[in-house]
Amino acid sequence: MDFSSPQLYIEIAYLIAAITFIISLRRLSNPATARTGNLTAAVGMTIAVAATLVNLVINNLDWHILLILVGMAIGGGIGLYLARTVEMTAMPQMVALFNGMGGGAAALTSMSEFFERLNHNVNYSFDFSIATALGVIIGCMSLSGSFIALGKLQGFISSAPVTYKGQQIVNALVGVAIVALALFLIVVQPGGSHTTVLVIMAVLALVLGVAITMPIGGADMPVVISLLNSFTGLAAAFTGFVLQSNVLVISGALVGASGMLLTLLMGKAMNRPITNVLFGAFGSGGGSEASTASAEGKSIRELNVDDVATLLAYANQVVIVPGYGMAVARAQNAVQELAKMLEDRGVTVKYGIHPVAGRMPGHMNVLLAEADVPYNQLFEMEEINPDMPRTDVVLVIGANDVVNPAARNDPKSPIYGMPIIDVDKAQNVIVMKRSMRSGFAGIDNPLFYEPKTAMLFGDAKDVASALAGAVKQL
Amino acid sequence: MLTSILLHLALFAPLAQTEGSTTTGTGLPTLFLIIVVFILAVFLGIEIISKVPTMLHTPLMSGTNAIHGIVLVGAMIVLGAAGDNLLLIILGFIGVVFGAGNVVGGFVVTDRMLQMFKKKPQPGGKK
Repeated sequence: MDFSSPQLYIEIAYLIAAITFIISLRRLSNPATARTGNLTAAVGMTIAVAATLVNLVINNLDWHILLILVGMAIGGGIGLYLARTVEMTAMPQMVALFNGMGGGAAALTSMSEFFERLNHNVNYSFDFSIATALGVIIGCMSLSGSFIALGKLQGFISSAPVTYKGQQIVNALVGVAIVALALFLIVVQPGGSHTTVLVIMAVLALVLGVAITMPIGGADMPVVISLLNSFTGLAAAFTGFVLQSNVLVISGALVGASGMLLTLLMGKAMNRPITNVLFGAFGSGGGSEASTASAEGKSIRELNVDDVATLLAYANQVVIVPGYGMAVARAQNAVQELAKMLEDRGVTVKYGIHPVAGRMPGHMNVLLAEADVPYNQLFEMEEINPDMPRTDVVLVIGANDVVNPAARNDPKSPIYGMPIIDVDKAQNVIVMKRSMRSGFAGIDNPLFYEPKTAMLFGDAKDVASALAGAVKQL
Repeated sequence: MLTSILLHLALFAPLAQTEGSTTTGTGLPTLFLIIVVFILAVFLGIEIISKVPTMLHTPLMSGTNAIHGIVLVGAMIVLGAAGDNLLLIILGFIGVVFGAGNVVGGFVVTDRMLQMFKKKPQPGGKK
């Protein structure tokens, strides 16, 4: 080993970066160490980027370095601005956005190296073309898929599943075309048409990313983003093969594998096998139409703020089940105020958190922690469900699908089998909602028509404040 | 054990490459060693996070999201070697912008999420 070679020290820096990523993943899976875990990886990333810059300076110090620094400043600036200014409720969109950027970077990097070697007609080997094809295909799918997921979460694309007859056949045909083009790149000797073929393949991969994300309903987006995150990891690993860079291969494979496992774990938490997520368009088709029709004949009961305040104030135990609606209305603080008011009167207040309440697993915990809700008042679904029959009043705030008894009772319901919070087993259920619109999954909720259920319409924040005021008056 | 094998390979495989040969000192092709590194890293990735609580699913996803921003390094290398080929410069530059956005945004968003968890559960935990 040549200890005077700067290359050795660059590689050691990359190795240190890879080690920090491994340590970071371990620390990120434990609540006590998660934050330092993230910082560990950030330090490792800084080391890797610095080593790359040093290497470039040693080898060819010219205007390219300046271009790289400008690019990093632009990208980093955009990332920093968005990540710092975005509302906590919009975090999942940010994850999708940054994931898409990563996928795009992987695809562009693989393409660039491919063109470079094609131009000079060097080192165009079998394994190189396989890695390039995979890096470009997976990176492009991740890029376009992430932006569709972002659009669906943000609402500029309808979150309802977009389906048409023969969709899966069309998607399969696009997939086959991509594989055929990839085989051409791998098998045929490099020539003039390779550039065109690679570009067409990349465009088709972008189309496929859109095509497989569009039919997936908004409620399944967290699983999809996790899957695309895993994809980007794999794309980074293949880019690592292309550039013969171990740090890319290790980091990409780590993220690809852990992301895939995380996707399966999330699917399990929602009782939605990944194949159902990808191929069984959620909340569409005959099932939901049938349940909407059956709901039309039923009536709902509406209560006003004073009635509900009385019910709450004289209860022994109140369970609050928050959903995304609460987060959107930024009602956390008003709700917490109401909860304190009730506790002062001797009412036991608990929060029942469904694992997928909000837009992602754990999202609701983050939002409630932001409103300073004490940690020991938060109960997970498995802990709160046995408590339900002893609960006098359940206050459902902006949650819908996660309390839908159809998931338990109606085998025809698209969400049948998903574990829910059994609010219908409590004595009284108050549903705070803006309107009778169905939830994110786009399906009707029989809970609303139960005799023990009463609706309290209005903006979650205003209604919660009004309730707190009314409880104070009693 | 797994980690040490991985790190050993990670350190020595690329050095053989930079010396301009396609085989390492052990006579194995570099490609083979990179594939070994890849497979070991896959198993390591699965092993490490297999016990993550539901509450941390989102921050973990976001953290791994930031880590794959390592493609920034790849984009930097490619742009640095782009010469005066305008196409390569444009591709590499967009790659660097995207990669840097992934890295910085990913880590900052994850940190903001995890900031919320800094309050430790009260002694005795949930009742």
